[in-house]
Amino acid sequence: MKYIQKAGLGVFIAALFAFISVLFLGNYEVTDAGLAQLSPQIKESHREMFLEELAQLKGRKFDSKFSFLGAVSSVIQLTNERVKQQYGLSEETIEGFIAAAVKGDDRSQRVSQQSYDQAVALVGDNMRETVLAYTNWLVGQSAGSEAELRQKVSDALTGAINGYAGNFSVSEYDAQDYLFSMAKIMAGGIYWENQFLFFLLIIVAGTVGALVWIFPAFFDGLPGIKHNGIYHQSATSRGLVGILAGIFLVGFYILLYFKHAYIAEWISLADPVSGFLRNGAAADRWFMYGFLYTISILVMGIRMFAKYRHSNYHKIRTASVIFFQTAFAFLIPQVLHNLNLPEQDLKNMWPLDYSFFFDYRLNTFTSTQTGIWMMVWGIILLAIGVPVLTYFFGKRWYCSWVCGCGGLAETLGDPYRQLSSKKLVSWQIERYLIHGVLVFVVAMTGMVLYTYFTGQSTILGFNSYSVRGMYGFAIGSIFAGVIGTGFYPLMGNRVWCRFGCPLAAYLGIVQRFKSRFRITTNGGQCISCGNCSTYCEMGIDVRAYAQRGQNIVRSSCVGCGVCAAVCPRGVLALENGDNDNSSRMSEVLY
Amino acid sequence: MHIVIIGNGIAGISVARHVRKRCQHEITVISGETDFFWSRTALMYIYMGHMKFEHTQPYEPWFWKKNRIALVKKVVTAISPENKALTFSDGSTMHYDKLVLATGSASNRFGWPGQDLEGVTGMVSKQDLDAIEHYSQGLQHAVIVGGGLIGIELAEMFHSRHIPVTFLVREKSFWNMVMPPEESEMINQEIYAQDGIDLRLGTGLKEILPDANGRVRAVITDQGEEIACQFVGLTAGVSPNISLAESAGIETGRGFLVNEYLETNVKDIYAAGDCAELRQPLPGRRGIEAVWYTGKLMGPVLAQTLSGNPTPYKQAIWFNSAKFMDMEYQVYGDVGNTVRQGEKHLFWKHEKQRKSIRLVYSAEDGRILGFNLMGIRYRQNVCQKWIESGTHIETVLQNLGAANFDPEFFAQYESQVVELYNRQNPGRNLQLKRKRGWKNMLAIINA
Repeated sequence: MKYIQKAGLGVFIAALFAFISVLFLGNYEVTDAGLAQLSPQIKESHREMFLEELAQLKGRKFDSKFSFLGAVSSVIQLTNERVKQQYGLSEETIEGFIAAAVKGDDRSQRVSQQSYDQAVALVGDNMRETVLAYTNWLVGQSAGSEAELRQKVSDALTGAINGYAGNFSVSEYDAQDYLFSMAKIMAGGIYWENQFLFFLLIIVAGTVGALVWIFPAFFDGLPGIKHNGIYHQSATSRGLVGILAGIFLVGFYILLYFKHAYIAEWISLADPVSGFLRNGAAADRWFMYGFLYTISILVMGIRMFAKYRHSNYHKIRTASVIFFQTAFAFLIPQVLHNLNLPEQDLKNMWPLDYSFFFDYRLNTFTSTQTGIWMMVWGIILLAIGVPVLTYFFGKRWYCSWVCGCGGLAETLGDPYRQLSSKKLVSWQIERYLIHGVLVFVVAMTGMVLYTYFTGQSTILGFNSYSVRGMYGFAIGSIFAGVIGTGFYPLMGNRVWCRFGCPLAAYLGIVQRFKSRFRITTNGGQCISCGNCSTYCEMGIDVRAYAQRGQNIVRSSCVGCGVCAAVCPRGVLALENGDNDNSSRMSEVLY
Repeated sequence: MHIVIIGNGIAGISVARHVRKRCQHEITVISGETDFFWSRTALMYIYMGHMKFEHTQPYEPWFWKKNRIALVKKVVTAISPENKALTFSDGSTMHYDKLVLATGSASNRFGWPGQDLEGVTGMVSKQDLDAIEHYSQGLQHAVIVGGGLIGIELAEMFHSRHIPVTFLVREKSFWNMVMPPEESEMINQEIYAQDGIDLRLGTGLKEILPDANGRVRAVITDQGEEIACQFVGLTAGVSPNISLAESAGIETGRGFLVNEYLETNVKDIYAAGDCAELRQPLPGRRGIEAVWYTGKLMGPVLAQTLSGNPTPYKQAIWFNSAKFMDMEYQVYGDVGNTVRQGEKHLFWKHEKQRKSIRLVYSAEDGRILGFNLMGIRYRQNVCQKWIESGTHIETVLQNLGAANFDPEFFAQYESQVVELYNRQNPGRNLQLKRKRGWKNMLAIINA
């Protein structure tokens, strides 16, 4: 058994090694055939210019992805400079504009309506609208000296020129997509010539290896808590292996969110599955992410069945997160995609799904009957589902039974649950952070909806598009992904859920003030051993309550049930009792 | 008023915390063992890698400063009641107004030849843990002497590191001086099921043999067998640490003798926890109950007395719990190791799994006396309420589900217990009326 187990681990590590290696095996060449294939993916507004610039690279061979993508990035820059020249204003017009604008009638350093109108008249028809939009605020502006006023006008005009060119230039977002396409189209080498073989070697063999590694745990001693050696192992006690795992995960998320061209091989590994599920379409990065996410939950979910084979609560709960991930988060959206319907994860909800109320989502929803139903369902879930279900069962009904983030935390993250900090100061930070994010998401969504209904993008001096962009970057990508999951091996498996998730904050407020859920403490049986606190993934100092004979009512508790399972004296149990808060929290007995 | 507490275990710390809750007296806690209070019940989990030492400390370091509980890491060597002063091993002294002895206990050593050799330890203190960790390096075979709760923990510790163990237990069946035969047999089976633990029932220690360097080389059992080993764990019970009694003139039995106010014969000196021996325990109870809960229960009571509200300590309805490998155990009330005169036992055992329920009740009037549970969790408040109020066994049975404290989705066996009773008592046809759940518990508690 031991040898089979080790062989499984060996296969898994080999697959992981291959997974990382394939990123470095490609060579690249820009060919006519490649350009022809690329062409339809380039936006029309700059297609011609970009392809012309790209032609410089024709015939050059790159034996590393970095030099190739570096060269393409330079081409994109060149394209954008050309765009700016082509769609800018001549020096003459610029000078004329400034001179006209600052020449107010009364010679005071002020832009009058009249002088402004004269200046705008100098701009050609194609750009006038943009220039007006960017500079009309200049009317009535004054400055201490003429030079200052000229500078003001000049800056505004530069903004207009850049803004106009922006309609034609290659945005950062486009650039990443083009780089990704080229990293696939123009690539050659062992990986790209044997893609399906690598799918078998990495994805299939890696999964099988992991399962073989896990499987003997079903027969490991008698059923019961299996925590031997957790703090002796480097991987689970912030040792070198743990730190490397953290670096790997952080790197994965950074590349996934911001530089996905560099992981084109990884994304393409999901092609066979995507082809099967999405009528032959190649995998994009989100499909690949969803696919890896789902098999992680599946494989590590099977590990949970082995580890907790004595505990029905954990077996049923694990089956639930596997089901919701596989069906709701992964498969149903593919079916919806094939039916040309919005790819909605029907168990996800705002504010975790922070873009739910963004204009493009609302437009998609409202364009079909089914879409409207999906939107209404999302709102019902949020406005009725959360309070009602949380009242009866606590926030666990979502956080540790349904949610995808929770599903990953409870399966892939289970080996790291003990690494969450139980210090009082962590709890203080947690409350500020998580409720701060909740306020942020409410404000951001309010602004987005205001813009959606009124068309005004500026509210109290903030631009709703940049606020939502900021949220998406700082919270959606960095906090939820890079830190939230990347830091599993360093700060425990619920970093996002504990410190950042605004939905968890909302569920938590209901749980704390209006719910029947509590963790009951069984009289005076607590021996203060600390297993409950140590293995609380949310960093709740469970023992602090249990040793005083007090029930535990905490907004952050996700009801994973591990405190009750690891308690060696039968002191703790998750219960749905009455909602009277004084009885829920009970008095301090010891 | 300066209250000085010797010992930072559960008894000493409970006293300190509760005095602070009640009044502003100056409090000093002295320990020679560790800087901070830690839960020695978790000692095994540190060794097994479930936790690190700091996880076993229930309070963060700032807690003591915030609550103005001064911690002193020194060893007290003498008490001078006339001057109300302590002397430390470094020669320094400290004045006290009231002194609390909470010195705990140490492993029994029954004068076995070789009991002080290198490689022999007990398993009570942080120092013991460090020693066990130290001796575990390169350890080929360990011998454990004494089959109590600590012995089986030590066996589980070595088992977790795949170190083969011979486990010498004097009794014919594990812990049968406490457990009824059926439960005791369940523990035997639980131990037999572990590879690498060689349980030798009915076997005692005769002698520990040294090698040329004065380290353990082997033991000889009372059956005359020599077993090679490099470590011997002595876990044949514990005795109170009472070495300070002599200098202070404190009367002792096995522990510091105390009255119902936990006061010794010397004025202003009290004792609590493992080291305190009640002069007048309740009938059927012992003067020393060396379990965690004693310290935890005595602490708040003694704190009342120390803060000016003299309060007698009354032994509460007995409860205890433990875990034998993967099998949990809870007891409430009076459960002996045999069916004693005037009582009846209803014993249910799961056909396949390691679970059992035993109800002890009076043969005379049917009053419930105790609950003994293996692999099933029961609620303390419900069991206690039934025992206190002398509830009839049949009422208990019909409501038994309300006592169940197992996690959600765990099977409930109370109806089988009721059926068993009906089978054993022809003519009776009880039905289980209550299942597990908060509401059912409240109905019993508020009845």
